Amino acid sequence: MIRVELPGHLRTLARVDGAVLLSLDGDVTQRALLDALEARYPVLRGTIRDRVSGRRRPFVRFFACKTDLSHELPDAPLPPAVASGAEPFLVVGAMAGG
Amino acid sequence: MSKVRVLVGTRKGAFILSADGKRDRWEVSGPHFAGWEIYHVKGSPANPNRIYASQCSGWFGQLIQRSEDGGATWEPVGNDFAYDGVPGTHQWYDGTPHPWEFARVWHLEPSLSDPDHVYAGVEDAAIFASTDGGTSWRELSGLRSHDTGSSWQPGAGGMCLHTILIDPRNPQRIFAAISAAGAFRSDDAGATWRPINRGLKSAGVPNPTAEVGHCVHRIAMHRNRPDVLFMQKHWDVMRSDDAGESWREISGNLPTDFGFPIDVHAHEPDTIYVVPIKSDSEHFPLDGSLRVFRSRCGGDEWEPLTNGLPQRDCYVNVLRDAMAVDSLDSCGIYFGTTGGQVYASSDAGDNWTAIVRDLPAVLSVEVQTLP
Repeated sequence: MIRVELPGHLRTLARVDGAVLLSLDGDVTQRALLDALEARYPVLRGTIRDRVSGRRRPFVRFFACKTDLSHELPDAPLPPAVASGAEPFLVVGAMAGG
Repeated sequence: MSKVRVLVGTRKGAFILSADGKRDRWEVSGPHFAGWEIYHVKGSPANPNRIYASQCSGWFGQLIQRSEDGGATWEPVGNDFAYDGVPGTHQWYDGTPHPWEFARVWHLEPSLSDPDHVYAGVEDAAIFASTDGGTSWRELSGLRSHDTGSSWQPGAGGMCLHTILIDPRNPQRIFAAISAAGAFRSDDAGATWRPINRGLKSAGVPNPTAEVGHCVHRIAMHRNRPDVLFMQKHWDVMRSDDAGESWREISGNLPTDFGFPIDVHAHEPDTIYVVPIKSDSEHFPLDGSLRVFRSRCGGDEWEPLTNGLPQRDCYVNVLRDAMAVDSLDSCGIYFGTTGGQVYASSDAGDNWTAIVRDLPAVLSVEVQTLP
């Protein structure tokens, strides 16, 4: 199972505690992971990716295996450790004050 | 006994303030949607327990929340605000073309008769409608695609459609206002629109009396006299007696006619309220003295209302959607400040009390009068 860790506001919206576990058929890519996440939790549509463009929202980043994956192509394979569930896929909101 | 429910949107969540008809003891619930910007919260006139809220953040975008129980519990509904067709461009601050991009919902206006029918005014300026309780949204693109649309420019706060008024006698007639394009009217339920800015004069734009380009901050009407409109423009307080066909200035003896909100007494169509602000570059009250001004004759002659309001060292602002009235026999007036206070008067403005004073910056205030 793939583990996805969401920032606090999105956990509240999705009404989940802790990591989300997802099972994907086929290639484990950023797009496939987010499609599955949004299918499970429709309230997250538009909160991570722009509803119109489908692109990552500017203040959201993707990390895994101590690597910033934010700028990877959506259909590029995610690291094997994410695909196996050994490492979580982190959805992170940019740090900011105010 | 009647009850009053005050719906407050702030920079960090929504709050609901409740009192009985005496309006002297208030319960505060919230924050709802803690940490999110709540631009507007408004209940359906047809079913007051149906409430809509606009929830957004720079991180995670826009959501619309809906309550069926007066704000006790909420469910997220639709947030797909897709412009109709290829959006094209409007003008950026420097006059260059800029793509139309959805940013947020500034204002939600439920239908007067159908709880499932609600309008949304958004940034970049457009009006959307939902007929299924906010589950899906459709742009009424006749507004944005008006011949002048490509020449609209944002105000400093963004190019927002912030005011939607529905004519109680004729729901086909809708008024909308955009910063900084101006006021518009539809007579066919939002299918087509035309600018209604004749009589407005805006210094600082190339043509001060242009058809569009005016930074209208807020429009208000009395439900029994919907052809009479009151406007707080960037500078100038204005009045129309012909549903926006023409406007005349009614700033009269106001100490400054810059400001954001304007509202009308629930039972006296010629009693109106504004909160003068020093200037467009100093968004706080003159001399640190927070004063609401009331005209009992439809404008031109104004009196300051100060009892209970801070008269020194007060440098808050009152934003455009942050004033509302109740409809009890002695009309209640309410407004919220960027300092987090919500002030209420249960005697039409003669005396004021802070019913809560340490909220996040207040973005909007709406009032429901309940049986």
